[in-house]
Amino acid sequence: MPLDLDTGRGLAMGLLPEILLTGWALLLVLLAAWRHGEPGAQRQVGWLSLLGLAATAAAVVWLWAKGAHIEGLATNVAVDAFRWAVDLIVLLGAALTILLSLDYLDREGFRIPEYHVMVLFAAVGMMLLAGGADLMVVFLGLELMSVSVYVLAGINRRSAVGAEAALKYFLLGAFASAFFLYGIALVYGATGTTKLAVMDFQVSSLGIERHPMLVAGLALLFIGFAFKVAAVPFHMWAPDVYDGSPSPVTAFMAAAVKAAAFGALVRLLLMGFSNLHASWDTVIWWLAAATMVVGNLVALAQRALKRMLAYSSVAHAGYLLTALVSGSLAGAAAFLFYLLFYTLMTVGAFAVLIAKGRGGERDVTTDDLAGLAESNPGLAFTMAVCMLSLLGFPGTAGFIGKWYILTSATGSGYAILASVLVLASVVSAGYYLPVIMAMYMKPRLHEQAHAEVKLPGVVRGMLAAVVVALLLFGLWPNTLLDAARDGSHAFLPAGTATAVAPVTTPH
Amino acid sequence: MHAFLENVGYDRWAITALLLIPIAGALIIPALPAAMAKRVALAVTVVEFVVSAGLWWAYRPEGTPFQLVATAPWVPSWGIAYRVAVDGISLVMVLLTTLLMPLAVLGSWSGITTRERSYYALLLLLTTGMIGVFVAMDLFLFYVFWEVMLIPMYFIIGVWGGKGRLYASIKFFIYTMLGSLLMLVAILYLYYSAGRAAGGAYSFAYDQILQHASVPVKTQFWLFGAFFLAFAIKVPMVPFHTWLPDAHVEAPTAGSVILAAILLKMGTYGFIRFSLPFFPKVALDPTVSAVIIALAVIGIVYGALVAMVQPDFKKLIAYSSVSHLGFVVLGIWALTVESTQGALMVMISHGISTGALFFLVGMIYERRHSRMIADFGGIARVVPAYAAVLTVVSLSSIGLPGTNGFVGEFLVLLGSFRTHPVAAGIATTAVVFAAAYLLWALLRVLYGALDRKENESLTDLVPRDYAVLVPLLAMIVWLGLSPGPVLRRMEPSVRSYIEAVQGRGPELQVAQQRERR
Repeated sequence: MPLDLDTGRGLAMGLLPEILLTGWALLLVLLAAWRHGEPGAQRQVGWLSLLGLAATAAAVVWLWAKGAHIEGLATNVAVDAFRWAVDLIVLLGAALTILLSLDYLDREGFRIPEYHVMVLFAAVGMMLLAGGADLMVVFLGLELMSVSVYVLAGINRRSAVGAEAALKYFLLGAFASAFFLYGIALVYGATGTTKLAVMDFQVSSLGIERHPMLVAGLALLFIGFAFKVAAVPFHMWAPDVYDGSPSPVTAFMAAAVKAAAFGALVRLLLMGFSNLHASWDTVIWWLAAATMVVGNLVALAQRALKRMLAYSSVAHAGYLLTALVSGSLAGAAAFLFYLLFYTLMTVGAFAVLIAKGRGGERDVTTDDLAGLAESNPGLAFTMAVCMLSLLGFPGTAGFIGKWYILTSATGSGYAILASVLVLASVVSAGYYLPVIMAMYMKPRLHEQAHAEVKLPGVVRGMLAAVVVALLLFGLWPNTLLDAARDGSHAFLPAGTATAVAPVTTPH
Repeated sequence: MHAFLENVGYDRWAITALLLIPIAGALIIPALPAAMAKRVALAVTVVEFVVSAGLWWAYRPEGTPFQLVATAPWVPSWGIAYRVAVDGISLVMVLLTTLLMPLAVLGSWSGITTRERSYYALLLLLTTGMIGVFVAMDLFLFYVFWEVMLIPMYFIIGVWGGKGRLYASIKFFIYTMLGSLLMLVAILYLYYSAGRAAGGAYSFAYDQILQHASVPVKTQFWLFGAFFLAFAIKVPMVPFHTWLPDAHVEAPTAGSVILAAILLKMGTYGFIRFSLPFFPKVALDPTVSAVIIALAVIGIVYGALVAMVQPDFKKLIAYSSVSHLGFVVLGIWALTVESTQGALMVMISHGISTGALFFLVGMIYERRHSRMIADFGGIARVVPAYAAVLTVVSLSSIGLPGTNGFVGEFLVLLGSFRTHPVAAGIATTAVVFAAAYLLWALLRVLYGALDRKENESLTDLVPRDYAVLVPLLAMIVWLGLSPGPVLRRMEPSVRSYIEAVQGRGPELQVAQQRERR
């Protein structure tokens, strides 16, 4: 289905998911304001938000199935399978967050129905961020997302730690945005455009691959992204912010925010700077290696489960960067596949943490899970599957994802980075396994150790679905591999874009 | 028998059934009452053994090396498929596995009293994993089985093990994982190399990689190193052996038996199946093979010496494994038909004898709650049958002529003497050491003065113990007196393996000539 974004109808179709979700979110803000303070309002807005997310996802699937694409000149917003794929992952992350929050907010005594609306706004920002084919749209998405998440991070006004987290996130996020904006300006100065596809063309046709302004601009853009995805050495904010925010928000930041920022980075690299692959691959290489090594080593030293998961998500940013380093389509496909299951396993792990940490998730240590398998076998099994999947153990989807990343890296000649990845994974066994060990191999601290652990039916159903997905696609990944490949084909050389990095590898 | 197997189409479904039966059992057991778990597990493993017994006849040594092939598509876009088959080498390993599993269930009968359902379900999953490793003909499939097997073993040690089980289980897991993940990268590298050489037909099939992979020799060193590390940790070769005593001592009896009898063999099996055929130039490089043979010989002697001073009977057996597996590695790297067959025989007979020793230690531990050699003495008078069996098994482990242990070690020494006389000479001394540590231990446990009150009331073997031990004793005698049938089934596969390795690694002849001069 070809779309012409210059006509009103074409533009409406191309932005259908964003329009739907924005409109719905605006309505819900009104509803939340009108019924503010009523006891059931939070849940009602939550369920309606889920409805909006589902409708948006349906629109995305419809556009993908119809094969919506743009013919002709480069546009501000991409209309391609990669965008749909990232959109769906983002929507999934947002939906899981809301499901987790429904009971969490009641339990912790937050009567804030706007919470869910902020998640929706953040999701719109993420969709724009990952779908923008023009750096201005990307920046718009980035800001919309960031501002919403700043609010979410500090939503618990009574908590000093929460306020600290929100402030820290805001200050560093603003800093990163400044870098990003300056990068856009410099790149514009060098190429005369902010449209990614045109930029790629300009770089090769003007022969300015080594132009200092372009290189400096790209470097600033990298720093901006590295902040957002918490890549080492720009990760310092992440653990404190993750630790201080309410746990469902942490899951949202670790999963969806990262997904969207990464999606934009992939698009930037493969659509805007594919001709510069030779100069950025080293940067990504070192970012990836440092992120994996540091993230895993520091995670190993954590005692509190929440901080451990925070650092583990830093490490996973390194794995995702490894998928990007080759700049190949296989890498982009591996990225999409891993991102989906990374979202599922991260949210799954946080859900278990939330169930265990009534009133104080920050203090839950690995040892507090001791004997969970006896009292709550289902919950322990979920956690075990999530841990093994994060570890990348065969039989889980995390393994297929890691295998895909390793394949893309090894196939393009980055075998050493692949080796760094597997060695870092061995380190990660040192903190994922003790969780399983505590749950299954240690006795309960006392009879009532897990008496307060209660799982609402919604969360239980969600976790069951997560476990089934992780195991099922770990054994039979074909459908999703095809979808990921389809998503990566958005970057096939065509139209104004010149050749992507030579692809000699299958995927 | 042949006609019957043909009539039921055994060749087509046998291996797949061997992989699925334990999984089915593992899925049923959690739904049953706890008291039923061990009975069902026993039934499943016996059925598994009966089904696998057909392999003995269905496999025709004179035919193509790989038989009973079964394939099914899995992830076609990556060239991954379910491909399984057996040759003469994996055949015996599969049979060893299926023979030991019912015994492992029987051996856990009274020792495992908590969470029985999970225990037996894991034991059955482990069975599938082990058989899968031996029959996989696709490198992805192989890797999945190789890794998945870790989980049941990790839990068996960690949940049902002794006092230091937590430390032992995580050490076991991380050690093994370290090796296998680097192997994963090497597998991917080979996959691309073979795929490119085959004109874009990317596949993880064993044959494809064997035929087409063309890696520069310099890179081959790294790839070989990655495979070698994975297998050497599993074997374990000195200096990667430190996880073994911990895991063995802390594991429950059946865990130790399976660990020693089968899991360790996966390392040496990996050498034969992957390391040498994939990288003959590196494996037979004079320096590399000298280092490996030196490590093997060090393992033989070191394992024996350390075993000698162990106060804990179980740890003694654990270190004796290091010594025995050294023989296997020596036999493999000597690369003659005799030495390789000998290595395989040592693998089998070590599985049987050491398995039996671990069972025996487990039996006495259940009665006395101690494994310290010093806590015993003179118990031959109290438990004569136990003493007799322990003596026979120890003698077979030492390698007394007429028992299974002799055949393998003799063939290894015979075969390796031609190519590596010095190494073989040193290894021979270890046979003496083996006699020393085991006989000395026997002496202290069984004979001497019965000076402990607790030992006076020990009960002798009960029928269930006989059920575990008699099959192993029968194997000890049968393999010792007539190893021919087993050797005949292995020989063609071993021959074609050696020809393939030597054909692809011309350096070998050079090395051999150098030795002769």
